[in-house]
Amino acid sequence: MGFLDTILGRTKPVAPNLDALFALPSAAVTLQAAMDLQPTGSGSACFRAAEGRAFSDIEKDVKELLEMGSGTLPVEVSSDSYGFTWLVCHHTSDDVEGLVTDLHAVNSSLEQGGFGPQLLCTLVGFRSPAGGRLGLVYLYKRGTFYPFAPLAGERRDSALEMQVRGALGDDLKVEPDLGRWFPVWGAPGL
Amino acid sequence: MARTRYATDRGLIARMGVTMFLLGIVFVAFVLALFFVLTYNRRAGSGSSTGLIVIAALIGVGTAFASYYWSDKIALRASGARLVSPGDSAAAARLHGTVDRLCALADMPKPRVAIAPTQMPNAFATGRSSKVAVLCATQGLMDRLDPDELEGVLAHEMSHVAHKDVAVMTVASFLGIVAALLVRFAFYSELFGGGGRGRNNNNNQGALPVILVVMVVGMVVYAISFLLIRLLSRYRELSADRSGALLTGKPSALASALQKVTGDMARIPTRDLRAAEPLNAFYFAPAFSKGRGQVTLSSLFSTHPSLERRLAELAKVSQQLSR
Repeated sequence: MGFLDTILGRTKPVAPNLDALFALPSAAVTLQAAMDLQPTGSGSACFRAAEGRAFSDIEKDVKELLEMGSGTLPVEVSSDSYGFTWLVCHHTSDDVEGLVTDLHAVNSSLEQGGFGPQLLCTLVGFRSPAGGRLGLVYLYKRGTFYPFAPLAGERRDSALEMQVRGALGDDLKVEPDLGRWFPVWGAPGL
Repeated sequence: MARTRYATDRGLIARMGVTMFLLGIVFVAFVLALFFVLTYNRRAGSGSSTGLIVIAALIGVGTAFASYYWSDKIALRASGARLVSPGDSAAAARLHGTVDRLCALADMPKPRVAIAPTQMPNAFATGRSSKVAVLCATQGLMDRLDPDELEGVLAHEMSHVAHKDVAVMTVASFLGIVAALLVRFAFYSELFGGGGRGRNNNNNQGALPVILVVMVVGMVVYAISFLLIRLLSRYRELSADRSGALLTGKPSALASALQKVTGDMARIPTRDLRAAEPLNAFYFAPAFSKGRGQVTLSSLFSTHPSLERRLAELAKVSQQLSR
């Protein structure tokens, strides 16, 4: 934010960075090879629904678009206790590319409607051989990813998260500020 | 490039710019007036008021800097708030979760989070930069508001952090502090010492009027800058309302929170309210226990815009979003 913005007390809403999302499929291959983490084929896009007709129209369009595209598996819509909306897409576990394409459709629809700043994050689910869950979360505003591994009772498996960070290394831009790895407990699609 | 529906409020920006400009003019006029008085004074052969002004300026800088640098600690101490981590309680976890999401939406570093154990529903954010900012909600606020409304209030407070309102208001109020100090010093030096010594001195007949002139200049500057600072504070509140509403995309949730908070405030026992008054400039809604009568004067002096004004501005944002 510039000096003038400070003086005049204005903030511009942050536009999302959508392109980095397409690095996900290759990262999924890396995770599979290095740590035997399998993609679950489920993923979700999370956004803050704005009030008013304009947003609900766009939201409806997105849902219809996704349901036409994927054909077989339905798209679920759910909202969490913080009032954020999650669109959950299901694909087969080897089709990460298709999943990312679907998620990207959500993003670009919202962005074209002028609601890009409402996008919060996108999450793609993985499962370890031991049955542990892991979500790779993409922060739209930062253009970075971070791993989120929830355990029972709202605890995080930090060891697994750090391992994933190491394994991803060069494939993805991992969020360097650990303070921004915010937990998404009970996120749909995980 | 996709279009954006987040137009800035040009009217508000312009009014804020004009207010700041006027404050700047008052500052320049103040310095010029003092300079004038001092050169006149030097010709009259007395140095006493120069020292006065220098001391006032130094103490003013010191006070302003201290309140800027330790704003987070001062506010936390004054409100009795306690920093919390997500594991402390269900309420703390909820507050952290909401702040986490707002930070991710706004691409801001996460502020520290505190809860004040008072039943008065309110919230404040302070800290000289967004890295050391503290965001505090009272227990009463979390008890009374539903999640959407709480999020609206927190987004308003985070906008204050993003706009660096602590720094801006400190710089703006520096002028008022110096002017007030000058008036007080001039008054006391007139009462004890300075003036009396001057009268015994033969070649120092100009000293008494000089002190008086300094006092009058200080008073006028203080009065004008006080009104301008309050005006600026009200504009900053409106712009934080606007940015907060745009961030969550729910202006109506913020509006309903405002109604709840200001409505509830009137029903809280006055002792609690008076205890909270020094903190007003930081709060989400001012904690005054005022009657309905003195609307015109109190609206000139108040740190926050009237509820009606804030609701009207939020309705505008809501229209903008649904277009």
